[in-house]
Amino acid sequence: MDLIFHNARLIDPDRGERSGDLCVTRGRIATAPAAGATLVDCAGKCLAPGIVDLGVKVSEPGERHKESFRSAGRAAARGGVTTIVTRPDTDPAIDTPEVLEFVSRRGQADAAVNVLPMAALTKGRQGREMTEIGLLMDAGAVAFTDCDRVVADTRVLSRALTYAAGLGALVIGHVQEPGLSRGAAATSGRFASLCGLPAAPSMAERMGLDRDISLIEMTGARYHADQITSARALPALERAKANGLDITAGVGIHHLTLNEFDIAGYKTFFKLKPPLRSEDDRIAAVEAVASGLIDVICSMHTPQDEESKRLPFEEAASGAVGLETLLPAALRLVHAGHMDLAALWRALARNPARRLGLNAGHLGTGAPADLVLFDPDAPFVLDRFALASKSKNTPFDGARMQGRVLGTWVGGRRIHPQG
Amino acid sequence: MTFRQDHLLGIESLAPDEIAVILDLADSYAALNRGPEKHAAALAGLTQINMFFETSTRTQASFEIAGLRLGADVMSMSMHASSIKKGETLIDTALTLNAMHPDLLVVRHPQSGAVDLLAQKVTCAVLNAGDGRHEHPTQALLDALTIRRAKGRLHRLTVAICGDISHSRVARSNIWLLGKMESRIRLVGPPTLIPTGAADWGVEVFHDMAQGLEGADVVMMLRLQNERMDGGFIPSTREYYHRYGLDAEKLARAKPDAIVMHPGPMNRGVEIDGTIADDINRSVIQEQVEMGVAVRMAAMDLLARNLRARRAA
Repeated sequence: MDLIFHNARLIDPDRGERSGDLCVTRGRIATAPAAGATLVDCAGKCLAPGIVDLGVKVSEPGERHKESFRSAGRAAARGGVTTIVTRPDTDPAIDTPEVLEFVSRRGQADAAVNVLPMAALTKGRQGREMTEIGLLMDAGAVAFTDCDRVVADTRVLSRALTYAAGLGALVIGHVQEPGLSRGAAATSGRFASLCGLPAAPSMAERMGLDRDISLIEMTGARYHADQITSARALPALERAKANGLDITAGVGIHHLTLNEFDIAGYKTFFKLKPPLRSEDDRIAAVEAVASGLIDVICSMHTPQDEESKRLPFEEAASGAVGLETLLPAALRLVHAGHMDLAALWRALARNPARRLGLNAGHLGTGAPADLVLFDPDAPFVLDRFALASKSKNTPFDGARMQGRVLGTWVGGRRIHPQG
Repeated sequence: MTFRQDHLLGIESLAPDEIAVILDLADSYAALNRGPEKHAAALAGLTQINMFFETSTRTQASFEIAGLRLGADVMSMSMHASSIKKGETLIDTALTLNAMHPDLLVVRHPQSGAVDLLAQKVTCAVLNAGDGRHEHPTQALLDALTIRRAKGRLHRLTVAICGDISHSRVARSNIWLLGKMESRIRLVGPPTLIPTGAADWGVEVFHDMAQGLEGADVVMMLRLQNERMDGGFIPSTREYYHRYGLDAEKLARAKPDAIVMHPGPMNRGVEIDGTIADDINRSVIQEQVEMGVAVRMAAMDLLARNLRARRAA
């Protein structure tokens, strides 16, 4: 696949923005054009590394009616996501090399984007015994996580972290004090109290982070906190990084663009885990992304069918789809003046790739030509039924958004729009 | 002054003049209920279904009597005993009943927001008879009617709402209503039973009951909602009674003509001393029950008028 992207506004997370051409030779970014390369006229639009989305739920195995690798792959391509790092919170959980191989095979066969599977940290995500971390790594697991189930038994987590550290495995934790957050459907505060919803304080997040930081210091494990969503947790994260611990943190796009008031009227499409926070927390998280304290923005793509959402708020399932809306939603942060495109792309592509040890998420020579061409200003109104995901549970239905993906390439091959 | 609602889901969405319309009509129904001939025809020809997903004796009976006195065909269903056990979802149950063309649907549900959800799916008028810890609008309206009849007004009164605020939909609806009618609201209870952020609701919060009752015109006691707690909010009921139970000594701090209210059912000796509950000079608890029927008649009458107007249009 030899290409020349001509007249592009290049968004390079490492070197900032520049206008010009980008050459691709045999599926990789090159310094000079290959003979006979195909010209792609970018018409001055933005060309950036494809998004590396850390923490995507594809509902295979178990709930293929909610999302398959085929539909998730289509949604990713349309959203400019070129690598999906899949979560193991399926049914059954991805906790053995056999299940992991099934998932890898399905991903390769049905999705045009890169699929990198994560595996559970404990068997059945039960928080009792660690999984076969070594064998799972050999089978291709890029990280280990029990997703939104906290390993409540600190001794179990301590052993798993110690063992993972010995193998250099990356562990992803969900930071939440389990007792305090049990049964919560919202964030404690004036608003949740008025709605009469069971709630947990955002302090539960810091307590969970504090515990995990202590264990990282003790075990030397490589660790990533999946979602830091509250102002109170940020100083602890900053200290841990300053102390040289091998820790990074992410945040879901919905926590950067929505707040607790959005659940008004008991709208279950806004029910997330952790629950949406106050506006102060949202702003603090956005600023932490801009400063680089929070490393990664992800979609936290969680497909749920209509049945699991058409219930009273407390009973309804948590989570929202996000693969296709991640890019336009994240551009809100640029349009609002919080950060420039290069900084945004560090969080969307460069940092997650680096954390997983991938040569991706940048425009340097030799990087795979995983690219997204987009118009950051093109306005549209989102219609959830137009999404490629099998599940349509987006909180942005009817929302005015800016930013359209014009084309997506993986390894120099165009996967969107399909021609 | 007009009542513009299609449903009665909560006090939050009512304007002060709509509250006044309901209370004025309820006053006339209170008079009717005391007379020898208790029938009116406001709901004649209409079907009222009471769906209670949570057990209730007094509220359900009150809605039934209100409907019967206004000439509706009334059916009551205890939903916890029926299809819910067979796995049917709330919305399917609602759609099934909706297909039988009811005109008024009275719903109680253990989850906050469940009645709002149901109201989006049906074509009749829905009355919230209590959803989780969210709202219980007819209770707040009957409390308001009782207060107005005893005090002659609803504005510039000091009302102390005491006890388990956290788990109480009655408290939330009363806070909305009394706030809209410009009364001063105090919340009195142990910190574990005062909701997070309540101080930002435009109310005063007291953890010392004597201070909280100082100079109050109305003392509104709440039931300790043991069934809604998952344990550990208070050390024991005897300590609770000692600190937050309404007895003569604490009541002496309120105004001499202060009235005592309780939404029932009471836990005597837990949140209220039995002799105070029975003191006809102070307690208006029986009148609350009486006004409950009148308020529900008024609310259903007004909703039925709007329903008929909507259907005629």
